Amino acid sequence: MTMNDKVQPTGRAAASAPSTRRRFLKDAAGVAGGAGLLALGAGMYAKQASALPATAIRPPGALPEDDFLAACVRCGLCVRDCPYNTLKLAELGDNVATGTPYFEARGIPCEMCEDIPCVVACPTGALDRSLTDIGKAKMGLAVLIDQENCLNFLGLRCDVCYRVCPVIDKAITLERMHNPRSDRHAMLLPTVHSEYCTGCGKCEKACVLPGESAIKVLPIKLAQGSKAEHYLRGWEEKEAAGQSLIGDQVELPVRGLEDKAYGDTRVKPGEGPQVPAQVPDYAPAQPSGGGLDSGWKP
Amino acid sequence: MSAQTTAGGVPERKVPPNSIRGAAMRGVVARPGREAVEVKGWLRAHKWLLLRRVSQLGILALFLVGPWLGWWIVKGNLASSLTLGVLPLTDPFLIAQQLAAGQWPYQEALLGGGIVLAFYLLFGGRLFCSWVCPVNIVTDAAAWLRRRLGLKGGKAPSANTRYWLLGFVLVIAAVTGSLAWEWVNPVSMFHRGLIFGFGLAWGIVGGIFFYDLLIAPRGWCGHLCPQGAFYALLGRKSLVKVSADRRSACNDCMDCFAVCPEPQVIRPALKGVGQDHPLILDADCTTCGRCVDVCGKDVFRITTRFNRSES
Repeated sequence: MTMNDKVQPTGRAAASAPSTRRRFLKDAAGVAGGAGLLALGAGMYAKQASALPATAIRPPGALPEDDFLAACVRCGLCVRDCPYNTLKLAELGDNVATGTPYFEARGIPCEMCEDIPCVVACPTGALDRSLTDIGKAKMGLAVLIDQENCLNFLGLRCDVCYRVCPVIDKAITLERMHNPRSDRHAMLLPTVHSEYCTGCGKCEKACVLPGESAIKVLPIKLAQGSKAEHYLRGWEEKEAAGQSLIGDQVELPVRGLEDKAYGDTRVKPGEGPQVPAQVPDYAPAQPSGGGLDSGWKP
Repeated sequence: MSAQTTAGGVPERKVPPNSIRGAAMRGVVARPGREAVEVKGWLRAHKWLLLRRVSQLGILALFLVGPWLGWWIVKGNLASSLTLGVLPLTDPFLIAQQLAAGQWPYQEALLGGGIVLAFYLLFGGRLFCSWVCPVNIVTDAAAWLRRRLGLKGGKAPSANTRYWLLGFVLVIAAVTGSLAWEWVNPVSMFHRGLIFGFGLAWGIVGGIFFYDLLIAPRGWCGHLCPQGAFYALLGRKSLVKVSADRRSACNDCMDCFAVCPEPQVIRPALKGVGQDHPLILDADCTTCGRCVDVCGKDVFRITTRFNRSES
């Protein structure tokens, strides 16, 4: 058969050479497969272990976490140049990506050095050198997270977090509120302003509560909601436009207070709108006809 | 015990009793290098080993005197360091991963990486493995114990696994956009652990020791480590090489094969398989010089790749 005569030689030639080639391919596939599995395991472990605990704060100028994990080679030069031993490299088992720098504010907070030596030391750009003013650092955001145990919320004058804040009166202010419990005192509530807070953590460190702090520095992603971009803030629009976009508010007189300034509702006894002494045939409006009676009573 | 020569001028190939072959013939545990100690004295029979330990521990000490004594000669670790406040050195293996992950490093890291790259390209890629890397001490210890206990066999993956792993390490870095290998890399983890604190990283180092001891002879450094593979690739055209220039004196005791971390590199040079010059040009050779040490016949020496002479 001509067909077989033509086919067989090539088939024989292929039978001897490919036995080595086939074995090579088989070996290579096994080796590559093994190596691939190992690398895949490492990759998946890395992804899984890249979640940062909320109390682990990255150094100032750190890139967003995803980029940071691509740029940081874990050399520890930032740790070495931190004069206050704030920064440390994560050890295996620390829950932070192994070998990456972080600090815990309740342990040693960032002292906000003006020359930012940790950022200067970083050779790889994981800490971004465009940060030259430590006041613009955003390591995290302080949140007064426990309003039940914060002494100021209990009506006391602790104020320690406010006092130690390096950006006092900007990053943390004391907002005066009426104390409804005593009804005759004020509460001065420590209030964090994200625009100025650098996340240094001195407030968390200084909080006088034993154990956990009432004010904590959290990663900004955890501490802050997204801005409601679809919601136009009337007051901001008004300021931008120089005037109200919907015209001035109509000021309606309040009955009985016509001689007072608009909005001033303070009255002395006997002043202002009085309950009529006698309204003989007064009765609240009733739903008329076949309307549904919701049963609502004033 | 000089090479005895018979009347015909052919060197008598007397196999030393404690060498790998001699011991195998007598059915006892071999003590490779015993003959070299007798011939050359202990110090000369451990010359390169001692020099390597001095180099490895010395480099480690440079990193440690900072945190321990406050003498800041070198800051950082092998991933990236700053020497005396001026000389940046960065591991090019990490820069390769960083680039694969899509991050462009600052100039210091590029400069430091370039210096290290140039050094190993010029002198020998796997000099890193045998003269710098701290894991080498661990795997050498495992190999030593393996020989002393007479543990034979084991199952090591193909020696090419490391090159595949190197490729996949870069792929994984690109896919995850992070230095994924650095989560598990025992090499950087061990060195960093010694300097900055271990945590549970002891477990990984111990794992390598027992893997090499009980499962795979020379398993980590010789078959798996992608960092070693990276440096091997750098060393393909490098200068410093081992030469079996007195191979005619070889008495086939097999001791060099027993102590060599990459035994497959010896044969072409020693036995002239596939090449006629006595140079070990295989990039897997770590230039550790242990073969020079253990040879009672002084067959090997460390020389340059241009020296193809034979004596």
